[in-house]
Amino acid sequence: MAFRRIVVGVAVGVLVVGCAPPQASHQNPMRTGAAGDTVGATTGELKVWLFQEASNAAKEAVVDEATAEFEKAHEGVTVNVQYLPVDGRATSFNGAFNDQDSAPDVAEFGNTDLAGYSTSNGFADLTDDVAAWPDSADLVPEVLETAKVDGRIYGIPWFTGTRALYYRTDVFSELGLKPPKTLGELAETARRIRAARPDLYGIATGGKYQFALLPYIWANGGDVAEQDGDTWKSTIDSARARAGFAQYAELLRDDICPPSACAQLTGSQSVAAFAGGKAGMAIGGDFNRAAVEAGAVKGKYAVVPLPGTKSGSIAPAFAGGNLLGVFRYSDKYTLSLEFIELLGGKRYQEKMYGAMGNMPTFSDVQDRVAKGDEFLAPFIRTAQAGTRFVPATPAWTKIDAVGVLPTAVQQVATGRLDVDAATSAAAAQMNDAFGS
Amino acid sequence: MAFAQRGRDGRAALLYLLPAGFILLALLAYPIYQLVNISLFDYGQPQASGAAPLVFLGLDNYTTLLSDPRFWTVLATTVVFAAVCVVGTVLVGTALAVLAGRARRIPRMLLFLAALGAWATPTIAGSYVWLFLFDQDFGLVNEVFAGLGFGGLRGHSWTFDRYSAFGLVAAEIIWCSFPFVLVTMYAGITAIPREVVEAAQLDGASTRRTATAVVLPILRPVLVIATIQSIIWDFKVFTQIYVMTGGGGVAGQNLVLNVYAYQKAFAGEEYGRGAAIGVVMTVLLLLVTGLYVRAQRGAR
Repeated sequence: MAFRRIVVGVAVGVLVVGCAPPQASHQNPMRTGAAGDTVGATTGELKVWLFQEASNAAKEAVVDEATAEFEKAHEGVTVNVQYLPVDGRATSFNGAFNDQDSAPDVAEFGNTDLAGYSTSNGFADLTDDVAAWPDSADLVPEVLETAKVDGRIYGIPWFTGTRALYYRTDVFSELGLKPPKTLGELAETARRIRAARPDLYGIATGGKYQFALLPYIWANGGDVAEQDGDTWKSTIDSARARAGFAQYAELLRDDICPPSACAQLTGSQSVAAFAGGKAGMAIGGDFNRAAVEAGAVKGKYAVVPLPGTKSGSIAPAFAGGNLLGVFRYSDKYTLSLEFIELLGGKRYQEKMYGAMGNMPTFSDVQDRVAKGDEFLAPFIRTAQAGTRFVPATPAWTKIDAVGVLPTAVQQVATGRLDVDAATSAAAAQMNDAFGS
Repeated sequence: MAFAQRGRDGRAALLYLLPAGFILLALLAYPIYQLVNISLFDYGQPQASGAAPLVFLGLDNYTTLLSDPRFWTVLATTVVFAAVCVVGTVLVGTALAVLAGRARRIPRMLLFLAALGAWATPTIAGSYVWLFLFDQDFGLVNEVFAGLGFGGLRGHSWTFDRYSAFGLVAAEIIWCSFPFVLVTMYAGITAIPREVVEAAQLDGASTRRTATAVVLPILRPVLVIATIQSIIWDFKVFTQIYVMTGGGGVAGQNLVLNVYAYQKAFAGEEYGRGAAIGVVMTVLLLLVTGLYVRAQRGAR
């Protein structure tokens, strides 16, 4: 019996050490060539993945127009567009990276996902081709920055999204309030709203609303992490970041947004609370317009840029948005590039703005659409005042997944830890993720 | 002759076991082998898609995991939480089974319909229904309490406090898993021969004595199966915690092992470390089940 156990043990040991876990192998290497060279097949089926939106019909109409135009210009090419749900995207993209047979040629993806995708060699390096593309000169530099990893460009920014301060015009005029000029004033205004109208949150914001927290940290001159050569180091425990963090956590108190209700709120839930008429203010994006318009506050709200720490300044906003990229192992590189230059180009960005309200990524197109659209003006002012981004490292995916920053905010909001202890713990966790 | 017979029986038995054995091997042995295998490597998404070389770590994933104080907190929480759920499920299920054994036809049918309804409800749907019932602003429960004069409960959040959140999830889990115990125990109770109970009563045994010395020993095997099943299910609970506490509660106060593994492995794309958590969980469950079966066998 003992002998048999040893034999089995050794056999299992050999098996375990002898065979490595499965890894994808790619037969066709990445095609390369100078900018402008034709690389790969120029006919056949071009497979495209785009995200499924809440109002997808409007998006489909614009995309159909673009594909028809593209097919007309390229004989023997059919464009096959599939719409993926945003929530399950990790499964689809990881599957495509693992098995090139199930991969498309072109895909739309979120700019926060880029760093992770690029370590999986997911997308082709477009740096030279984008530089050679005449339109690229007008791309907003900070937005183009979100398409880069280590200085190389992996996508064309298709649209961008920034957040600003929504407020209730009826409540403000009833209480004789003015839109806040600084973040300090914002807390004061929020407190006065809740004191006068206890049925409202002074500002609806949440413990899980990372993109509302970040502008507070940036406005105070801090950041969540800084790059030091090849490695990253958390700076969330620096004095400036802590000041911003504390200023944000101050909103999650009973006299503004009670933690029992707000500690768990995400961004879309915060906006939903505002849209439902439960809050005096909220930090929301230009992409939240439809949700707010559909709510109880339609016609009773206005938007200003989220103020900074000094009067007249604007808090740097997070530059969200989606990119269009070419899959690295696609066998139709040039064709794919031409397609994203069409769909991501000025003409179709403007059409996408008309259909979906998506903010364009070209400064001249931004100026053009802002002229005819009062709603968009504060967002464009915010975008052009300078935006920021999360650390462009795959470690950020891990930090985000375990909710390091939301946990720290919630610890402070529930009174379990003070700001110093919570940010120190968060910094330790972040450094652990950067190190691995 | 007898020997040949036994040989043929053995071969026949082997043949009958073959399909099940094959399926077990394919669906259980291979995944567990890969799980152990992956847990020994630094295996993330870049490694899976072939963009980064594989690095053999040996037991590094395990030492990192076991030296992480958070893992131990989450493990302890999971054990206590699962124990509460198991005890609750078995108690409620058994009590209702006894009740069903004594009830008349119509009330019994109603009880079973209600239980089967709870059992048939998909986990996600059940979790959301409970969440809506206990919703802070619009929930029926707060409304009813406020109507009964507990005005302080208006706007009360049931998921904000750690124990209140765990209690709510435990109640939901007991609600959706007691029917299994009820049905199993009811089957066990009805299978007890009437003569045995009558004989005990003729010998002058009290009701209590009959229950503990006659009925319970007969029911023990059924009870063991129901309990082990509950332990396994409740230790592995994921959906209810994930849905009802929004992925682990305020500041991660309601994390259980499975949700923690999910955060690490899939959301964080660290498959190696997630696999290590999976292996540890499997071993723990096998240990608990093994100990329990052994204790039961010894008691007999």
